[in-house]
Amino acid sequence: MNTEIEIAGVKWKNPVTVGSGTFGSGMEYDEFIDLNRLGAITTKGVANVPWPGNPTPRVTEVYGGMLNAIGLQNPGIDVFCERDLKFLEKYDTRVIVNVCGKSIQDYVDVVERLSDEKKVDMLEINVSCPNVKEGAIAFGQKAEALTEITKEIKNHAKQPIIMKLSPNVTDITEMARAAEAAGADALSLINTITGMKIDINRRTFALANKTGGMSGPAIKPVAVRMVYQVAQAVKIPIIGMGGISNAEDALEFILAGASAVSVGAANFINPYATVEVINGIEEYMKKNHVEDIKELIGAVR
Amino acid sequence: MKKKTTAIVISQKNLAPGIFDMWLETDLAENAHAGQFVGVYTEDKSLLLPRPISICEVDHEKNAIRIVYRVAGRGTDEFSKYSAGEKVKLLGVLGNGYDIGKLLGKSVVLMGGGIGIPPMLELAKEINAHNEALTDGDKMKVSIVLGYRDSMTFLKEDFEKYGKVYIASEDGSVGTKGNVMNVMASEGSDGESADKTADNEDTIKADIICACGPMPMLRAIKVYAEEKQIPAYISLEERMACGVGACLGCVVKTKEVDHHSHVNNARICTDGPVFAAEDVDI
Ligand SMILES: Cc1cc2nc3c(=O)[nH]c(=O)nc-3n(C[C@H](O)[C@H](O)[C@H](O)COP(=O)(O)OP(=O)(O)OC[C@H]3O[C@@H](n4cnc5c(N)ncnc54)[C@H](O)[C@@H]3O)c2cc1C
Ligand SMILES: Cc1cc2nc3c(=O)[nH]c(=O)nc-3n(C[C@H](O)[C@H](O)[C@H](O)COP(=O)(O)O)c2cc1C
Ligand code: FES
Repeated sequence: MNTEIEIAGVKWKNPVTVGSGTFGSGMEYDEFIDLNRLGAITTKGVANVPWPGNPTPRVTEVYGGMLNAIGLQNPGIDVFCERDLKFLEKYDTRVIVNVCGKSIQDYVDVVERLSDEKKVDMLEINVSCPNVKEGAIAFGQKAEALTEITKEIKNHAKQPIIMKLSPNVTDITEMARAAEAAGADALSLINTITGMKIDINRRTFALANKTGGMSGPAIKPVAVRMVYQVAQAVKIPIIGMGGISNAEDALEFILAGASAVSVGAANFINPYATVEVINGIEEYMKKNHVEDIKELIGAVR
Repeated sequence: MKKKTTAIVISQKNLAPGIFDMWLETDLAENAHAGQFVGVYTEDKSLLLPRPISICEVDHEKNAIRIVYRVAGRGTDEFSKYSAGEKVKLLGVLGNGYDIGKLLGKSVVLMGGGIGIPPMLELAKEINAHNEALTDGDKMKVSIVLGYRDSMTFLKEDFEKYGKVYIASEDGSVGTKGNVMNVMASEGSDGESADKTADNEDTIKADIICACGPMPMLRAIKVYAEEKQIPAYISLEERMACGVGACLGCVVKTKEVDHHSHVNNARICTDGPVFAAEDVDI
């Protein structure tokens, strides 16, 4: 049985990674699971300088999911390289660094800083965070802006680049095509869906930021649909995510066309979720006599 | 080591209107300490996130922890209906807890307000247990100040085993009318005239404060401690998702750049919930 997949020339031992921002750099989940089991670890968004993020409350529960408006708090690329990448060196897993910024130059600074880091296998470019006022999301909602930033980053990046797409657009396939045409090596989707919750007793917003990104099981059908549509529209590989909590969920994404999947908010609910997804995919393959996971990718048309 | 595990309800009691007291058998008890908390999961699959609840007491012999909580919404309402023998999923043990090493030889005032009262019980108990093994110079003297809404003084008898208890109630029905700070104003020994050799049994001597309660109370304690130039350790609350330091949802502003985040933010779930009052901006 073969669970190995390949994205832009990078081989993963299995198709399971984590949603950026839901797993830190792995340190916090090292106590719960063997990080070596993961196909890849995708780290929390990192910028050229430290970002303090948004005021609290930053998270709130909603039916079947949650809203977050962390605002991309991060320690900046220097600390990230010295501490987080050093920590990850011990592990036999692929490392995908999620990059954020407010201007194209911010992104380029981070990408260049990472070009000589051997532990970094891929870069995931977050142009879709709904919780930051400037930059970020703007690049993810206009095809021309996405084209420009993708080209610019591709010019400076040594590692393959994955563009992370926002679901908060009219036509996600238009964005996917733009990224592919501009040189993206892969796509990941979906980022969170912009939502809002109002506290009726305090007559105020549940989040200090007013709006937040929705994630969790309730967004899964939207995410599966978008992965399917994008898989029909482009040739580059897709990392699918949005509401995955178990192997059945992950298999839906793979059958819809994702080459790999990310487990996000489910880590908060079940810190063993990633390993359970990996084991569950293997069991499904055994039970259904699937020799190679690649047989499943995009098998439902 | 943190883990997600299944606990069994040993008993559940209604202590006061809306306040419940549950003992849970769990191997998390082994490493559980005062000021730490657990994430309690609901069975309702539409409510995903674990509810953070403080450890009120630990029984190492019975391998059990006690939680005392107020019904505040759908999750805690579900918990209040559990009875002996039922299973509950927990994430724990979470948070740093109180550092008893910092209290040695001091006159410690434990302050609890409302649903912040429960975690102070395990602290009182642990201080008491430490005192038995300590030489006189290192023994701690404990005063306990509890602020209630009304005459429903839950856990009061439990605290009386460990030190002198002073009560405040918002409606004035028992003890001092007002909150814990009103008790300090009327019963506290004046910091300046405090004679360290003469223990005046009728006044509260405060070398150090440990507190948990609503934010206005914690802010008042921070101001009080700064005026008296004494340390205060306060336990903070914030909305949480992961509970283990990964999501950065539960931060508090800090005076100095935090060692982990490299910005002026610390994670309440892992760097706290107990902080030195002077270190946080609340
Ligand atoms: C470190 C810590 C220790 C706590 N210890 C205790 C305790 O010992 N006893 C006790 O009664 N309460 C305690 N609380 C508060 C308790 O977590 C909330 O009352 C509880 O989560 C409410 O859940 P619910 O489903 O009933 O309410 P809902 O309002 O329906 O909950 C919706 C969401 O908001 C979160 N939430 C609601 N209120 C709070 C709050 N005050 N703090 C954090 N999250 C909240 C819930 O966890 C849930 O994710 C503690 C909170 C923290 C952060
Ligand atoms: C608390 C939190 C923080 C996140 N931070 C980031 C981030 O830094 N960069 C990013 O590209 N996506 C971020 N995301 C989005 C996730 O990676 C993922 O795309 C989204 O949550 C959907 O997957 P899920 O439903 O499995 O959580 C974050 C999500 C959550 C819940
Ligand atoms: S709750 Fe996730 S960092 Fe504290």
